Amino acid sequence: MFTCMSNPVTPASQLILRLTGTLDYNGQLAEPASLSNISDSGVEMNDPGVRDSSSPQTPPPRRHFVQVVLGSGFIAAAVAFVYPVIRYLIPPKVSDLGSDSVVAGHVGELKPNTGKVFRFGSRPGLLVRGADGEYHAMSAVCTHLGCTVQYREDLRRVWCACHNGMYDLNGRNVSGPPPRPLDLFEVQVRNDEIFVRRRREA
Amino acid sequence: MATSRNSVGARIGCLFLSACVVLCAGSALTQSKNTCLDCHSNLPAPFGVTAETFSQDIHAQKGLTCASCHGGDSTSDDPKVAMSKKAGWKGKIDRKQIPQLCGGCHSDPAYMRQYNPSLRTDQLSQYKTSVHGKRLAAGDMKVAVCTDCHSVHDLRAPNDLQSKVNPVNVATTCAHCHADAEYMKSYKIPTDQFEEYNKSVHHDALMGRGDLSAPTCSTCHGNHGAAPPGVESVANVCSNCHVFQAQLFAASPHKQAFTSAGLPGCVTCHSNHAIVHPTDEFVGTGEKAVCTQCHTQGDEGYATAGEIKEKLGQLSSSINRANDILGKAERSGMEVSDAKLDLTQAKDALTKARVTLHTADLTKVEADMKPGFDASAKDYDAGKRALAERDYRRVGLALSLVAIGLVIVGLRLYIKQIEQG
Amino acid sequence: MSAWSGVRDWLDQRFGWDDLIAPLRHKTVPLHRLSYWYFLGGITLFLFIIQVLTGILLLLYYRPGANEAFESVQYIMTQVQFGWLIRSIHSWSANLMIFTAFAHMFSVLFLKAYRKPRELTWVSGVILLFIVLGFGFSGYLLPWNTLAFFATKVGTQITGQVPIVGRPLMIFLRGGEEVTGATLTRFFGFHVAVLPGLATMLIALHLLFVQRFGISVPPSVESEWQNRPKSVREMRFFPNFMLREMIAWYVGLGVLGALAALFPWNLGVKADPFGSAPAGIKPEWYFLFMFQTLKLIPSRIWIIDGEVLGVLGFGLAAVIWLLLPFFESAPPAKPKSWITGLAVFALAYIAGMSIYGHFAK
Repeated sequence: MFTCMSNPVTPASQLILRLTGTLDYNGQLAEPASLSNISDSGVEMNDPGVRDSSSPQTPPPRRHFVQVVLGSGFIAAAVAFVYPVIRYLIPPKVSDLGSDSVVAGHVGELKPNTGKVFRFGSRPGLLVRGADGEYHAMSAVCTHLGCTVQYREDLRRVWCACHNGMYDLNGRNVSGPPPRPLDLFEVQVRNDEIFVRRRREA
Repeated sequence: MATSRNSVGARIGCLFLSACVVLCAGSALTQSKNTCLDCHSNLPAPFGVTAETFSQDIHAQKGLTCASCHGGDSTSDDPKVAMSKKAGWKGKIDRKQIPQLCGGCHSDPAYMRQYNPSLRTDQLSQYKTSVHGKRLAAGDMKVAVCTDCHSVHDLRAPNDLQSKVNPVNVATTCAHCHADAEYMKSYKIPTDQFEEYNKSVHHDALMGRGDLSAPTCSTCHGNHGAAPPGVESVANVCSNCHVFQAQLFAASPHKQAFTSAGLPGCVTCHSNHAIVHPTDEFVGTGEKAVCTQCHTQGDEGYATAGEIKEKLGQLSSSINRANDILGKAERSGMEVSDAKLDLTQAKDALTKARVTLHTADLTKVEADMKPGFDASAKDYDAGKRALAERDYRRVGLALSLVAIGLVIVGLRLYIKQIEQG
Repeated sequence: MSAWSGVRDWLDQRFGWDDLIAPLRHKTVPLHRLSYWYFLGGITLFLFIIQVLTGILLLLYYRPGANEAFESVQYIMTQVQFGWLIRSIHSWSANLMIFTAFAHMFSVLFLKAYRKPRELTWVSGVILLFIVLGFGFSGYLLPWNTLAFFATKVGTQITGQVPIVGRPLMIFLRGGEEVTGATLTRFFGFHVAVLPGLATMLIALHLLFVQRFGISVPPSVESEWQNRPKSVREMRFFPNFMLREMIAWYVGLGVLGALAALFPWNLGVKADPFGSAPAGIKPEWYFLFMFQTLKLIPSRIWIIDGEVLGVLGFGLAAVIWLLLPFFESAPPAKPKSWITGLAVFALAYIAGMSIYGHFAK
C-alpha cells in the first residue's frame, strides 16, 4: 500500500517531510486511523522500495525537475515579496507631509515689499514681506473664481490678475469682485526658515 | 377681604379691554389716518388702490399717506372735504409734473435725512440731464418718468428683490419700453438690446450666478441720468470693472487708431449688449476673428494677430495634453494631485495672456505665456512619469505572478510526485 | 539535515516537542465531493495574516488625527516606496477577507458543521465574523476622506437608534456627540489594538477547537460512509492537504497583487466635517444589505419607529445566529430542516439586498 521515495534534495520539501515523518506515504490511507506506520520521532522509514534504480544521491530527472521548479519558485516568490517590503521600510527623502506646516521660504530670500507663491498642502499660498519687513502669509486662492493671486509691489496690495480683485496684507478683500477675504496663515521664523502654519482654531 | 371668583374675572377683563383700547389708540397715533383707501380700495382701475398693495409701498411704511403726494385731507371721511381744493388736492398728477413732485422730497437733503440720511438726493438733477428728462422737458410724454421704473403705490426699496429697480429686475424694466418695437418706432433706435443682453456673460453672472456686481442696463447707462455713453467714453465705462484690460488697451496702438477712426473702444470687438464669453477664435485671422474687421493680409497687425492666435493655441493644446495625460494616469490609479495643482498655474498663465493680448504686443503676450508653457511641459512630463511608473508596476506584477505561477506548478508537481510514489 | 534534528532534540528535551506535534501528524481531512469548501477557513486566516502584516507596515507611516490622516495616506500612496502596493493590498485584502469570512460561515452552515460537538467553534466563529465587520467599519474611516466620514456618520447614527443603550453606545463609538477627530482616534485604537487582540485570541481558540474536534463531514457523506465503510477517504493534513492549501494561499497572493497593481485603491477627497454629505451616500458593500433593509422599512410600524425596529431585528438575527447550534439536533439525528431553510433565506436575503442596494438610487 505504501511506496517509498528516495530522499528528495530541496530543503523545503525535506523540511516538511522530515517534520512529519511522512516521507514514504502517499496521501491516501486505507483506513481512517491506521497511522501506525509513522514513527513518532519523525524519522523516515527505512523501507526503500524505490521504483527506479538510481541511487539516493542523484534523484531521477523528473524529481529533480520538480525540486528545481519548486525551489526556484519559492525563492523567486519570496524575493518578489521581500523586495517591496524592504524598499517600503526605508523612509523617503521628504519625511514631512507638508500639509500643516511648511517652510515657505528662507530669511533674506524676500526683499521688503515683495511676495512669493509657495505650496501649502494641495493649494497655493502667498508669502508677502511688507515694506516694514513684516511677514504675512495667506491662501493664494482668490475667493472670486479661484485664480492664483500675487503680490503687486507697485500697488502694495495682493492682486488677482483674472478680474482685478484686490486684497490688503491682512487678506481682506478691498476692491473688485472677490466676495470674501483670503484665509490668513500663521508665520513663524525659526533660525533662517520661514514656517507657515494653518491658523489654530480657538 | 376675600374676593369672589367672578369679581377677579371681571377685573382681569377690564384690564384687558383697557389695554386693547390703549394699544389701538397708540397705533392710531403712530400711523397717519388714511381714509382715502376706505373708498379707493374698492374702486376699479384707474382709481383703485387696495390696502394690501399700498401696504407694500415703502412710503406708506414710512408713514406717508395718499395726501403726501396727491394733496387733500386724508383724515376726513367726507370725499368733498378730503378731495377739496382747499385741502390742496391735486388729483391725478400730470405726467410732466411727476419728476418735480417726487423731487420735492427726494431732492431735499434736510427732509430725506429724517428717513434715510445715506440716500442720494440728486436723482432729479441727474434725470434732467438724461435722454428721458430732456425729452420730457421738450414735451415727449412717452419717455420714462419716476413712476414708470419705480412703480407707484407699491413702490419698493431697490434692495427688495421684488422691486422693479432691483439689479436683477432692471433689464426687464428697461425692456418694457426699449424692447417694444411698436412703442419705440418713432425714436429710430434699436430695440434688440434686451435680447442681446440676455445672451451676454453679464446677464449670466447676474441672473445665473446671482453676482450682484455684474452690470445691468443702469450700470453702464446710468439710472437717473440715463444716456448712452458716448463713443469716446465707452472704454471708460468698461474700465470701471475691467481695469487691467482697459489700461493695456490704452497703452496699445489700438487706442489712438480707434479714436481717430471714431470707433467705440471695447465695443468694437466685444459688442455692447451681446457681450459673449470671448474664445480664442476672436483673436487672429480666422472666420470668427474680430481683428479682420480692420486688418487685412499683408499689414503688420494681421501678422501679429495671427501669431498671437497661434501662440494661444499652442499653450492651450499644451495644457490640454498635460491635462489628458494626467487624467489618464489618475484613472489608472496613480496619484498625480501635485501635478494637477501645478497645472492650474499654467491655466492662470493662459488667462493672463488672454488679458495681455489687449496690448496687441506679441512680446508681452509671450512673456506672460512662458510660465504656462514651462508648467504644462513639466506637468506633461510628470504625467508621463506616472504612466511609466504604472507600467513598471505592471511589469513587476507580471514578474511576481510568474514567480507565484512557478510555485504553484511546482507544488502541483510535488503533490503528484509524493502521491504517486 | 542534522542541524534540524539537533534543534528538534533540544526542543523535545525541554517542551516535549515530539509529543506536542504528534497529534498534528495524525490530523486528517475528509475527502468527498464537497471537500473544496474546507479551503475557505484557511483562506480567511491567510487574508487575516496579510492584514496584520500590511497593517503593521502601514502603521509605520500612518498618522491618526483629523489634520494629518488623509495627508499621511496620500504620502504613503505617493512618496513611500511601494506604499501604494502595501496600502492597496491592505484595502483589497480587507474586502476579500470579509467575503471569505461570510462564505466560510455559510459553507459551515450548509455543511452542518456547527452541530454537536462543534457548537463553540461556531460561536467563536460568529463572534469573529462580527469582529471582522468591526475591522471593516473602523478601518474604513482611517483615511479620513469624504465617503468614509459620512459613512461613519450614518453608521454610528443608526447604532444610536437602538433603544436605551443606543445613544450611550453611539457616544462611546464617536468619542462625543458628533463624528470628529476624536472619533478617528478612537477608531484607530479599536482597529489596531482592541480588535486585533480580540481577534487573535478568538482565532487561537477557534483553531484549537478545530484541532480538537477534527474536520466535520456533511450528513449526506456521513450516511454514505456509514453504509459503505470501504468508501471512506481521508487525506493527511501534513503534508498533502497543507500543500494544496499552500497552492490556494499562493493563488490568493497572486490575486491580491494583481488587484493592487491593476485597480489601486482610491484615495478620495479629504473629509470636510462642515461640508454636506455627497448625494446617494452608501456604506461599503458588506453593510449594504442592512442599509437597504433600513431604507425600505416604513418610517412607522404600528407605534414603533421603523428604523428602531430594523436595528432591533438585525440584533435579534445576530443573537439567533450566534446560538444556532443550540437549536439544532445532535448527530446522528437528522438536521432540522427549518434551519436549512433559514440558512437559504439568509443567503438569498443578504445577496439579494446587497445587489439591490448597489443598484438603488
